[in-house]
Amino acid sequence: MIRKVTVIACMLSILSIVFLATAQQDNAAKQRKLPAIDLKTMDGKKINSSTFSNNGKPMIITFWATWCKPCIEELNAINENYVDWQKETGVRVIAVSVDDAKTSARVAPFVNGKGWTFDVYGDANGDFKREMGVNNPPHAFLVNGKGEIVWQHVGFAEGNEKEMYEMIKLVAAGKPLPSVDKK
Amino acid sequence: MTKPLSFIRLFVLLLLIIFPFINLFSQTIGNGTIHGNFEADAQQYTPDSAIGAAAVPQKMSMNAFANFLYTSDNFSAGLRYEAYQNELNGYPVGYSGNGILYRFLSFKSEGLEVTVGSFYEQFGSGIILRTYEDFGLGYDNCLDGVRLKYSPIKGLTIKGVIGNQRKEMNYYTGGIVRGIDGELSLNDAIDKWVDYKTKIIIGSSFVSKYESNSGTTSSDTLPANVGAYSGRFNIVNGKFSISGEGAYKINDPDYVNNFINKSGNAALLNAAYSQKGFGLTFAAERIDNMDFRSSRNAGNNDLLINFLPALNKEHTYALSAFYPYATQPNGEFGLQGELFYIFKPSTILGGKYGTNIDINYSRDNNIDKQPLNDSTPVGTSYTDGYKSNALKWSGQLYFQDFNVEITKKVSPTFKFVFTYINLIYDGDVIQKPGFGTVYSQIGVLEMFYKITSKKTIRMELQHLWTNQDQRNWAMVLIEYSISPHWYVAGSDMYNYGTNVTKDFLGTDYSYTSYHLNSNGFEAERLHYLMGSFGYTQSTFRFSLGYGQQRAGIYCVGGVCRTVPASDGLKLTISSSF
Repeated sequence: MIRKVTVIACMLSILSIVFLATAQQDNAAKQRKLPAIDLKTMDGKKINSSTFSNNGKPMIITFWATWCKPCIEELNAINENYVDWQKETGVRVIAVSVDDAKTSARVAPFVNGKGWTFDVYGDANGDFKREMGVNNPPHAFLVNGKGEIVWQHVGFAEGNEKEMYEMIKLVAAGKPLPSVDKK
Repeated sequence: MTKPLSFIRLFVLLLLIIFPFINLFSQTIGNGTIHGNFEADAQQYTPDSAIGAAAVPQKMSMNAFANFLYTSDNFSAGLRYEAYQNELNGYPVGYSGNGILYRFLSFKSEGLEVTVGSFYEQFGSGIILRTYEDFGLGYDNCLDGVRLKYSPIKGLTIKGVIGNQRKEMNYYTGGIVRGIDGELSLNDAIDKWVDYKTKIIIGSSFVSKYESNSGTTSSDTLPANVGAYSGRFNIVNGKFSISGEGAYKINDPDYVNNFINKSGNAALLNAAYSQKGFGLTFAAERIDNMDFRSSRNAGNNDLLINFLPALNKEHTYALSAFYPYATQPNGEFGLQGELFYIFKPSTILGGKYGTNIDINYSRDNNIDKQPLNDSTPVGTSYTDGYKSNALKWSGQLYFQDFNVEITKKVSPTFKFVFTYINLIYDGDVIQKPGFGTVYSQIGVLEMFYKITSKKTIRMELQHLWTNQDQRNWAMVLIEYSISPHWYVAGSDMYNYGTNVTKDFLGTDYSYTSYHLNSNGFEAERLHYLMGSFGYTQSTFRFSLGYGQQRAGIYCVGGVCRTVPASDGLKLTISSSF
């Protein structure tokens, strides 16, 4: 009898944890905001990720590294379209480099050498990458005007920037994202 | 028959009954969110004597981890569950079984940030302290203890750490690492400087490790406490920037430096000029006996307290990554220069869309090492090791890399990246004695062709020319991707230049077996074929591959591990939530 009760209680506990986690996720997806992690500007100064904002307009935060080829393809594709994207939606792109001390000194000249015009910050020991749950770059996050993470995508193939822009436009217009893509 | 229930069992039972009901009624714990990420890499091993792939007893291995992180306002907590069943072949031996090793709690209050448990931290460039992790490399030297971070005045941050370091599935309690770091941004701290164009940051750290020396049987005393100091600066003025860091470590005889009693030092310098469309960098580094670990008997990548960055470009194309440089903590003198330039559109070299060029040169030599006296060879244990003139480097060249990368968009549907690399590689020092010095040239042409706006074909043609090691290789890779979800790829790496027999390869799977034997037998020319496909949906990524992988070396940031030859299925699944 005691054994049966124990077994049922254990199963209920597990069920409730799963329910809680799923419920959390639904709530969390709407509320998850950017964590507060110190990053470095290209001047070497500290900037905290909780201060990232764009006056209520959408932001793209994407992780990259100078040695990550698909990341460079993604940022080139964004750069080609950035002026148009900004005109239409006011989006702000923040590229966070996970280059460590071996390659971090070449980030600023590299960015200038490619002619990229968006903000670039350094996360040399991967603190922001870990907090954001990034496995490997490229990993892009779309943040809405309230600072909530509403969409993510890993990897990059030519043409992915089109899907990214569709999502940016929806967020800029205040429309909901298609549920299969919501994260 | 049943014993009367003890109080503890009754208590646990009561908790189990009440717990579900508490959960169901409290949707959020405090004000926070839970999120995390997951990755599993599984590999099936088919023995293949032609390429030197050994049989693996369990036939299939898997490395996996899941991170869970809870954050709310000023509090956060997290843990990582890891499973190595068994660890992937080539992964550091010692990663085995399952468990939660990384777990922490952290809070912020009145400007003080406290973390207890496992944490990662870097002081400056990391040359006296850097704890970090790289799952692909099997590297994790996190500290388990306490970390404090505090900003007493604007622009000043002070950090303090103390703890034991992780080694594979345990924390090494025989070594205690403690450190303190201060960094000051003068433009933030000094009111008059806020609007100055020149931005100056200075920092300094002190790290010390303690490992008992009682019971050591050496004829000299091995210091139980080893301290290291460092100072750094970073100056940016518009388009110019210059930064440097210098470190000094007291005598620290250990396994890696052959137990010499010499102190260590390191100096790093980076200078750059950049403006839109142009970037120029210069870096120099001198390392003299700076291997720094929690345990004086550790080797490989175990229990490293610091991180000495290698000064060379990270090459990622398969054939260009055969001969990667690994930092030499016992002594190296490195230089690197790089130029980035955009030839603008509508100029002769720019063409219609512009052309990017990246020219990079790096070299590493041994430092000057002179014997202490006529009867003591350089590096003799329990002596001061050697004398070194800091401004000289020795004639022994470890590594030299000259490379050029040209990126060009030719039309709205076609672009290419062309890379040329000229390498000199002292494998005896960088990998192991017997490897030899390799002189090689590598050419890579990567092309992208857009069939439609969402369908792209990417192709890589690579060639490696060398008369040493395994001699010439050619490779072709084709990848077809359908944005944003699918890709499929196939490649063939062909070692057509080899002069080593099949029998010779089959007896010894270590790297030295790939050298010419004195008789120089006629070739067994091997194809390494690989096919893979993958699917990505938001943060979920899945990829499945099948084929042969060459024995080699995989490096991230100058830290390396060997990759044994393998043949079989590879599966990777990753996700974030």
